[in-house]
Amino acid sequence: MIDRRLITNFDWTLLGSTLLLTSLGVLNLYSASYSFSSGSTPVFLKQVYYILMGLTAILGILQIDYKKLERYAYWIYGFSVLLLVAVLVVGKTGGGARRWIGIGGLTYQPSELMKLSLILALAKYFHNRNNIGGYQLRELGIPFLLVGVPTILIMKQPDLGTALILLSLFVTIVFFARVRLKSLIIAGVLAAGSAPVLWHFMKDYQKKRLLTFLNPEFDALGSGYHIIQSKIAVGSGKVLGKGFLSGTQSQLQFLPEHHTDFIFSVLAEEWGFMGSMVVVLGFLFLVLWGASISKECKDKFGTLLSFGIVAMIAWHFLINIGMVVGLLPVVGVPLPFFSYGGSFVITVMMGIGLLLNIRMRRFM
Amino acid sequence: MNLELYSREGISGVPSRLFIFSTIVVIGALIIFTRLWYLQILHGDEYRQKSENNRIRIRPVQAGRGMVLDRYGKVMVDNRPAFDVFMLREDAKDFKGTIMNVSGMIKSRPEDIEAIVRRDSPFIPVRIKKDIDRDTLAMLLTNKLDLDGITVSIEPKRSYPHGTLASHLFGHIGEITEKQLDGGGYEGYRMGSLIGKSGLESKYETYLRGVDGGKYVEVDAAGREVSVLKEVDSYPGNNLVTTIDLELQRVAEDAFKDKAGAVVAMDPRNGEILAFISSPAINPDIFAGPLDPQEWNRLINDPMKPMQNRAIQSQYPPGSTYKTFVAAAALEEGVITKDTAFHCKGGYRFGNRVYRCWKKEGHGSVSLHRALVESCDVYFYQVGLKLGIDRMAAYARKFGLGEPTGIELSDEKGGIVPDKAWRKKRFGSPWIDGETLSCAIGQGFNLVTPLQLLSAYAALANGGTFYQPHLAKAIVGPDGKVLETFQPKIKKRLDLSPETVALLKDALQGVVNEPGGTARSARLEDIKVGGKTGTTQVVKMRADKRVKGQDLPYWFRDHAWFASFAPAEDPRIALVVFIEHSGHSGGHAAAPVAGKILKSFFDLEKQRKEGTQGEVKVEVEREAKAEGEKKSVSTVSPSPIPLPLPIPDSPVSDSL
Repeated sequence: MIDRRLITNFDWTLLGSTLLLTSLGVLNLYSASYSFSSGSTPVFLKQVYYILMGLTAILGILQIDYKKLERYAYWIYGFSVLLLVAVLVVGKTGGGARRWIGIGGLTYQPSELMKLSLILALAKYFHNRNNIGGYQLRELGIPFLLVGVPTILIMKQPDLGTALILLSLFVTIVFFARVRLKSLIIAGVLAAGSAPVLWHFMKDYQKKRLLTFLNPEFDALGSGYHIIQSKIAVGSGKVLGKGFLSGTQSQLQFLPEHHTDFIFSVLAEEWGFMGSMVVVLGFLFLVLWGASISKECKDKFGTLLSFGIVAMIAWHFLINIGMVVGLLPVVGVPLPFFSYGGSFVITVMMGIGLLLNIRMRRFM
Repeated sequence: MNLELYSREGISGVPSRLFIFSTIVVIGALIIFTRLWYLQILHGDEYRQKSENNRIRIRPVQAGRGMVLDRYGKVMVDNRPAFDVFMLREDAKDFKGTIMNVSGMIKSRPEDIEAIVRRDSPFIPVRIKKDIDRDTLAMLLTNKLDLDGITVSIEPKRSYPHGTLASHLFGHIGEITEKQLDGGGYEGYRMGSLIGKSGLESKYETYLRGVDGGKYVEVDAAGREVSVLKEVDSYPGNNLVTTIDLELQRVAEDAFKDKAGAVVAMDPRNGEILAFISSPAINPDIFAGPLDPQEWNRLINDPMKPMQNRAIQSQYPPGSTYKTFVAAAALEEGVITKDTAFHCKGGYRFGNRVYRCWKKEGHGSVSLHRALVESCDVYFYQVGLKLGIDRMAAYARKFGLGEPTGIELSDEKGGIVPDKAWRKKRFGSPWIDGETLSCAIGQGFNLVTPLQLLSAYAALANGGTFYQPHLAKAIVGPDGKVLETFQPKIKKRLDLSPETVALLKDALQGVVNEPGGTARSARLEDIKVGGKTGTTQVVKMRADKRVKGQDLPYWFRDHAWFASFAPAEDPRIALVVFIEHSGHSGGHAAAPVAGKILKSFFDLEKQRKEGTQGEVKVEVEREAKAEGEKKSVSTVSPSPIPLPLPIPDSPVSDSL
């Protein structure tokens, strides 16, 4: 039986704002996929199914005390790494990358699960290893390994966006867990030194994307096309937007991938500056609210875990929109609640589930 | 807050680091806010415009160019639909296959087509063949299914229903050059716009040109038309009514046949050109479409120089036709009277040379009248000597020689009127008196164009008013409304005494009508024709060696001239016939042709007088066309228009 206190302490605000953003996302996706049909089921309807699956996952997660998860964190992590290896061996290819594995008729993208697994594993590691004065560099060896292995596996797929998310999660969580200043500096130098190595691992198209970001007009019909068209879509929305279903950039397919990574430009085009600000403020509220969950959590694992999840949502939000408005290079980072994609929807929902879980058990 | 909360086991400073984190996120959100402000509010209009440019394509609809009509409204230059083949790579599912299929039908090499198509984006239709014929069109349409991505578009193209008739008049049209577009002054033109390049097409460009319309279509990223947003109708250009009389032109061409040379007829009362021939003709169709380099090479390398507009660009010695001007000078200057006589015994010794007369046995004692009628060279040698080259030249210039007449055609030549100053400038040496003799019979350095000679004779015929020859009579809108009429322009007055004019005109009608006249072959039954023949030697012949013209090689044969007007007492037509390398004298070769043309002119005049009483509406006549063809024509060019014709004649200004 669920404890009565859990219901009294349930975070309706978080669930409410999640559902609100999700609804806006579905509405926007409906418009984004309005003018083209892929397969028998409309894209937005599939998204609704994924959301329902995600909500079910939330319900499931709420049943288990998050503290129990600490025990299984490495197992979950190990399972995720296995899935990533499986992707490279038997994965499905799509769009020039091998990112999916098939389960029955469905496909799943294990790198999405990896985001949560990494947060869990890092939270567990720092939870178990106390160092009030701040962690030293040698204590960060295992966390390096924890992030390094999946990052390399994901780069192999290749999927620069997810790899980047893992790295930024690692950096933020390590920072949050508190590292000695000296160690931080050394780590920074090491990171800078590893940049060429990273460059070496990058595929040609990834390098090209980075270069194109620096000068989009250089290859206006090639990889610069995304950025140019996206900026046109966003800018052309002006203050109030062109109206629902009336965004010409998206409806006439000038925007590639406009239902996944570039979904925000559809919104910005059809709802203008006002609509965009509603969404930006929504995310900001969600992130700050999530930070308060971390702040009020009484145990270290929960604090780290909730922070990791909030950071995950924050980085997705900032990197994705930064990319759509032409401030960051085009890396495949989806926008939570808005981008189409089952694995990602479920990951975000599970993250929200964990936040709700931590929140409602804050007094226990 | 409870301190307990902060001393979480094994972790400290959480709130401060959460604060840092939150601050970073807020700053990130602020940057996004600023960026959205920048894109959507500061530059919103600009990006909105860009998104409109993305989706809206203007498909221009070329306006029909105005027609060129004859003075009675008959169509001389028209438009017809031309079919161009385009390929849209995006739509070609089997790119190579489509190219293979289409290449056979349009007779282009597949490699060439592929190269053209690959030059542009796959989303833009690329023209792979211009102006296909109807059989090819039919083939393309029936095999549509094997030709994904191939489309055919219709554009109006110039057509010439009368073939080569008066071909040198119209000039040609072509795509505007980048230089012209950049240079400014061509508002409303765009890349690919057609523009008059020469002749009347160029001169009356602003009238003939229509206003292009356009279809604003919404396209998707693949360039597919999604919807038509709006259509702007094209407005056809105005029609140019020329002064040409198509019927007269036709009979003139028939009379001239395939000789090389020029024929120009003018109304001496106002300078309107009635007929205009430069032969050999060019097929104007060559320039209506894409120019075939082979065809072009053939044209410019043709020894007969068909590209040359002989009526205005070729300069020839005027021969004996020049004597009229020498006579005018002599009379006006008082060097001779009408009774002054000289003796001709077949030649004239000057210095140590004998200058021969065309008539070996000589004309005996002749005065001005007989000298002109029989074209006595010896008479004019002596008149020339009395006048001196400079006075002779001054009168030639009075008659408009030595400078372009100013007709509205490009690259008109001015001829040469030699005098002492000219010789000094040209050769750096003083005038030799012997040359005066040659010049006096039009055989020296003198060069004239047929049109110059015509204008000069027309001015004499009308009593002394030199009209600038012109080809445009009026501009008529597509609806048939007369928008503008062109008035005759008096360039100058000859300022000859009426006595001189009367004497010369009488002598010139004698040339045709009196026994012994050199142009009796131009005589008409009931109308008095006046005129002067001319025979121009191409190579100098020694006096003892007279070879018959036809026995010479073509390029050495004599040119034949006949400049005329009729009726002599009150001329309504002036006519010059020039036959290049005819091998015959003007009287034998040119005068009979002129006679035929003049006869037809008066016959036509009579017919028209009988057929029509006063002003009547005449429908613009079109060549009979097949029913199907007619339909497609009307989509690109204005339908037949009623013209209030005849357009009121330009006022005939009072002569002296």
